[in-house]
Amino acid sequence: MREFTDGATAIVRGALDAGCSFFAGYPITPASAILMQMMRELPKTGGMAVQGEDEIASIGMCIGATLSGARAMTATSGPGISLYSENIGLAIMGEVPLVIVDVQRLGPSTGAATTVSQGDVQFVRWGTGGGYPIIALAPSTVAESYWLTAKAFELAERFRCPVFLVTDKELAMSLTTVDMAAYPNVAAAERNTGSGGSPYTYEPRDEVFPLHEYGRGEPVRFTGSTHNQDAYLTKDGPTIDALNQHLIAKIEDHRDEIELVEADIDEKATTLILGYGVTGGAVRAAVARARAAGEPMSGAVVQSLWPIPETALGVAMEGVTRVVVPELNPGLYRREIDRIAGGREVVGIERIDGDLISPEQILEVAR
Amino acid sequence: MSVTITPLDSFRNDTPYPFCPGCGHGSILDTLNEALGMMKLDPAEVVIVSDIGCAGLSDQYFKTSAFHGLHGRSVTYATGIKLARPELTVVVIMGDGGTGIGGTHLINAARRNAGITVLVFNNLNFGMTGGQHSTTTPEGSITSTTPGGNLEHPLDICATVGVNGAGYVHRGTSFDKDLADRMVDAIRHPGFALLDIWELCTAYFVPMNKLGRKGLDTTIDRLGFEQGVLYEREVVEYSVAYREAAAGLGERRVPVPIPVEFDSGLESSVSIVVAGSAGAKVRSAARLVAESGMRSGLWATLRGDYPVTVKTGHSVTSVVLSPVEIPPVVVGVPDLLVLVSQDGLKKVGGMLAGMGPQQLVVTLPEFAAVETEAQVVVVDPRDWEGRIPKVQLSLMLLTVASIRAGLVPIEALRAASTGPFETENLNAIEAGLALVG
Repeated sequence: MREFTDGATAIVRGALDAGCSFFAGYPITPASAILMQMMRELPKTGGMAVQGEDEIASIGMCIGATLSGARAMTATSGPGISLYSENIGLAIMGEVPLVIVDVQRLGPSTGAATTVSQGDVQFVRWGTGGGYPIIALAPSTVAESYWLTAKAFELAERFRCPVFLVTDKELAMSLTTVDMAAYPNVAAAERNTGSGGSPYTYEPRDEVFPLHEYGRGEPVRFTGSTHNQDAYLTKDGPTIDALNQHLIAKIEDHRDEIELVEADIDEKATTLILGYGVTGGAVRAAVARARAAGEPMSGAVVQSLWPIPETALGVAMEGVTRVVVPELNPGLYRREIDRIAGGREVVGIERIDGDLISPEQILEVAR
Repeated sequence: MSVTITPLDSFRNDTPYPFCPGCGHGSILDTLNEALGMMKLDPAEVVIVSDIGCAGLSDQYFKTSAFHGLHGRSVTYATGIKLARPELTVVVIMGDGGTGIGGTHLINAARRNAGITVLVFNNLNFGMTGGQHSTTTPEGSITSTTPGGNLEHPLDICATVGVNGAGYVHRGTSFDKDLADRMVDAIRHPGFALLDIWELCTAYFVPMNKLGRKGLDTTIDRLGFEQGVLYEREVVEYSVAYREAAAGLGERRVPVPIPVEFDSGLESSVSIVVAGSAGAKVRSAARLVAESGMRSGLWATLRGDYPVTVKTGHSVTSVVLSPVEIPPVVVGVPDLLVLVSQDGLKKVGGMLAGMGPQQLVVTLPEFAAVETEAQVVVVDPRDWEGRIPKVQLSLMLLTVASIRAGLVPIEALRAASTGPFETENLNAIEAGLALVG
């Protein structure tokens, strides 16, 4: 069976099937479809969706609700991520599971609300102070919008941290025929909450301890300030170091659990076309066209943008001498690929006029 | 799950307060301890939400649950905590600094009436960062940032939240004998409750303004503000109201599969652009054709291009139909272009110029002379016996284009017409069928 639907609908479905029980957001094109569907659908499942007075209130409510036992999600576009910035830091510091959807639109600033872009891929990585690791997933199809949303909830719980789902105007709002068999089964996992004792643990440094929730019989302390394991403010150097090392190691030491790359390798190919998000569709089409014309070509669509999936991409790049990176921004992800390409030639295709990169445009460079 | 509630004599822990001698914070916190004790609450079920500043340290001196967040945003966390678990008692402690930076949250929390209690520790200046003026600093007062006297009118917190729907609003000072009772009233109130508690900052405001205990009262009088319970109204707590409103919403929407009932015969992909005016059913007509393609076994994508406004300006929709699965793609030069209005023409001049004799433009008589190398098919709705309203022109022209290009069987278009506008859609399709020539 097939349906005709868009990424926003798939994200909402994926969230609800993954157990999302709280949503708060503020209207912004092109993310409003997620807000509106959540306002309509979430109460039907016993959850709650709230339209905040602004983006800051929306993410704040989500963080509070999570501490009260909810699985929370919010959705916005680039300008809203700017307003989320300080609370993203709070969620990192306080180790709050949270899914943040960024439906990218053309910037900078207000930019063009109804125009596609991939301009936030570095912004989500570095959008709050401190430079601590974050996790960001990027669907390239409607079906991926569904299961990667569920994956974002899973990773947020696993690592007790905010997880971005980075999509864009075209994926969220364009209608696409979807083979419904492409939606994998998604189930909501129980949260292991623990109870009593310290709400934070830093040893072993990479280990993530259960989130303590309010209202489960024991007092629970939470803080976004530098804290000891009992969530009291601290200025003790070794404690601060242990806390911050933990925030790094819990993600960096477990990259293998996060890496998601769809690699389509032709061992005879000397060029790898590497894309993500809506450009991933053009990458697949370009690879198919080259092969149909008898030319060896390899392709890779990155589904986990951050941390950079260095192991999987290293394997994908093994046989090639050149990597072509098409993206709807001034080469933001290409610089990461350049960093890990081991001296291979890395060529960018950058489109920032508000339209999509076509398979032909990719092949002009890749051939 | 059953929980044994153990009321405490004291909700305070053993840590001494860190506040300056004479600072009002400790006394207000002692009063809060007294109020919580009077209510015999389970400390685990009480969440003290604090933010930044000296008052923001407060949660650390209690045995309750606690949330220490960003400056001025405590009300947002408290709202989320309360809505997700309404049985919790949620008490926000914020200073006048947080009131300023988070003013919009206070106003909207008052309107929303989630059942949280806000205690404003109002010492008329920023105590932690060096005695700067805040939104509540009285006019004329000396602070480290108003050396010639404050030029701004102080925010009337109580009036602001009161006129915007707050359930319970009280103004007093840290010296009030009935403060614990008022805290109990506020916490017991089902809706949003706020206590504006004026107090002394002995580090900065007191020495700079020679203000003492009596000065708090005389300043309140001088500003024309009142003390006591200023607003008390019956409200339905937000999560209660929400559950009631949600009860009638029915079941979750499920995916609607589109059956494959016809054959298209299309062997390679075809791109169609419909260029018209916003509000004239351009997108819905294009969607209908795309769904008719799906009913004929094709794969479709549909992209929209429109201004940020809703019912004005252009609306251009691109549909690509293909015998194989396709991602959303850019349509540079379409195989078929349906031109419906002047708004649309302004957006597709480049496409028209790029089209060649193998490609087809279907349009209305007023655009018959459009500049393009493509074949132009002109359809005049006046040639049909029936009446075609403007909002049906897109679908009428698309029907002509679909038949001319052999995209889908006419039965597929009819089958895709179902829905609230079925009659109108079928009218447009029949007109197109009659006018295809």
